[in-house]
Amino acid sequence: MNAAPLVLDSLTVARGDRVLFERLDLRIAPGEVLHLQGRNGAGKTSLLEVLAGLRTPEAGRFSGPEPEQLHWIGHKNALHPALSAVENLAAWCGLHGADTAGIPAALDRLQLKAARQRPVRTLSTGQKRRSALARLLLQRRPWWLLDEPLAGLDVEGAALLAGLLAEHCAAGGGAVVTSHQALPEEHLPVRHWSLR
Amino acid sequence: MSLPRALGAVVGRELRLAARAPAEAAQPLLFYALVVALFPLGVAPNEPSLPVYAPALVWIAALLASLMTLERVFRNDYEDGSLEQLALAPLPLPLSVLAKLAAHWLLGGLPLVLAAPLLAAGLGLDAAAGRALTLALLLGTPTLVLLGGFAAALTVGLPRAGVLLPILVLPMLSPVLIFGAGAARAAAQGLDPTAPLYFLAALLALSLTLVPFAAAAALRNALEG
Amino acid sequence: MNWTWFHRLGSPPSFFRFAERLAPWLAGLSLLLIAAACYAGLYLAPPDYQQGDAFRIIYVHVPTAAISLSIYALMAVAGAIALIWRMKLAEVAVVAAAPIGASFTLVALVTGMLWGKPMWGAYWVWDARLTSELVLLFLYIGVIALNGAFNDPRAAARACAWLALVGVVNVPIVKFSVDWWNSLHQGSTLLSVDGIKNPKMSTPMLWPLLASLAGFYLLFAAALLRRMQNILLERERRAGWVRELMEASR
Repeated sequence: MNAAPLVLDSLTVARGDRVLFERLDLRIAPGEVLHLQGRNGAGKTSLLEVLAGLRTPEAGRFSGPEPEQLHWIGHKNALHPALSAVENLAAWCGLHGADTAGIPAALDRLQLKAARQRPVRTLSTGQKRRSALARLLLQRRPWWLLDEPLAGLDVEGAALLAGLLAEHCAAGGGAVVTSHQALPEEHLPVRHWSLR
Repeated sequence: MSLPRALGAVVGRELRLAARAPAEAAQPLLFYALVVALFPLGVAPNEPSLPVYAPALVWIAALLASLMTLERVFRNDYEDGSLEQLALAPLPLPLSVLAKLAAHWLLGGLPLVLAAPLLAAGLGLDAAAGRALTLALLLGTPTLVLLGGFAAALTVGLPRAGVLLPILVLPMLSPVLIFGAGAARAAAQGLDPTAPLYFLAALLALSLTLVPFAAAAALRNALEG
Repeated sequence: MNWTWFHRLGSPPSFFRFAERLAPWLAGLSLLLIAAACYAGLYLAPPDYQQGDAFRIIYVHVPTAAISLSIYALMAVAGAIALIWRMKLAEVAVVAAAPIGASFTLVALVTGMLWGKPMWGAYWVWDARLTSELVLLFLYIGVIALNGAFNDPRAAARACAWLALVGVVNVPIVKFSVDWWNSLHQGSTLLSVDGIKNPKMSTPMLWPLLASLAGFYLLFAAALLRRMQNILLERERRAGWVRELMEASR
């Protein structure tokens, strides 16, 4: 994977009329996980949305990946409660041009083998989160933008995600992660960066 | 990206969801039939002027029945985060919007069209007027779903959009009502209903080309809210 | 071409000061023109040979009806500017214009009804122009309601801008469809609608109409500036220039 770095040049981001941060300069290189920190309301999610291309910055320049070059896992799981994890992921694959053959392996990797045919509404919070994270494995994309990926995950789930991130970085990918919990840092090239 | 596959995925997901909750999917049709069936109870039995009001009645019932479910067309996706995935997909968002609205029309609009001949006969319209009414609904209900979908996109981030949606859409739909009911009225008077039907087709062509872009932009605006 | 004046005007504080200076002049001039038009229209102009004194309501009805349409067009243009260039002032203009447009539409409707009573014998007739004006009122109400439903003024303004843009495509279609609908069953009015609304006017009847039209346009401009100022004060209340302004006026 040859990922171009994310470069933020004097970026100002607002939500409505409220300016969240001004003139932010930041460079995120592939091969590392940027752990985005900051108090509630500092604009972590909004910054992540700008990186994903979901939000237009007020001012400044941003050069980043095309939508096909990134995985976005928001704090909402994007799973319909009436469909099973497999059905949800199959619809996602169709929309994004990914191969549905990878779904069982991805769900196995996230240890959802038993739960994959049940409607998502019957899954636990952690199982839902794992189903959403399974998207990361359905298509190889150089940038992972994860908003609170650890929310609802147990210790085992957090370790699983850390393993995925480590493999991703070793393969030359990059990730930006917001999280209030600490990321399991063994074998993981984490850079901490705080938004004030 | 394969365009047919991506469009098929959007439409297929909607159809699958409807199949999971068939009772819910049938609600607009039931509502439509009930409104039309109740109207004669408000006038004298076998009122001779009933056919005069029949086209307007069927159209108003169709308008309200379609708007009932349109509020939800993007709401679930907005609330569960699927809309973000849709906005980032390689399929252009206006096309995804079009696919979703097409599925919505198949489920909520087409049944209204298919039931129209029955309702027209029940209200005492003659065969020619019934045919004109059905054709008008066939051409008019997609416009209705498109404009309603646009308003649903505008209000998707709002907690209580239920009443707001008709306020936004109904004035814009007055031309559809005028030509749609006008076609049936013309046929009932023995006139040629072709002109209003062509106007309906023109409105459909216009909204098919413009509305998906406006609705997609409104959805992006909601994601930035 | 030098565009610095445009960018300077586009910044909220400069616009605020500009509006502060301009609005009183516009309001004063508009009141003068409307007063002159009323005097000339009510006393100097001769009664109409067909309609007698009833026609005099034209000096309010026609300008408000004409302006009600212009305001919708202006809202759509401002909306396009707001969406394309993300200009805050244009967002404010869309939101500020809607209630003024609705008021002008309402005045046009009420005066049309008052005029209809002596002419048609009823306050409300499903005449093509009145009906289109009624739909226009609903379109304005839609924009106002949509704006009121949002918490975030920016998202509200952008949603209203899209609604106004789709609405402005719709306005001629509504007009055309209502005309078609009206022609299908022409009611038995003694006077043709066009005859009432487009009389061939003599000069003493015409110039008060033009003065009143100009006066109402200026009134709209003054009201728009004032409303935009208010909305700016609220939206920019955290900004330095608003605080300075508040300090200065204390």
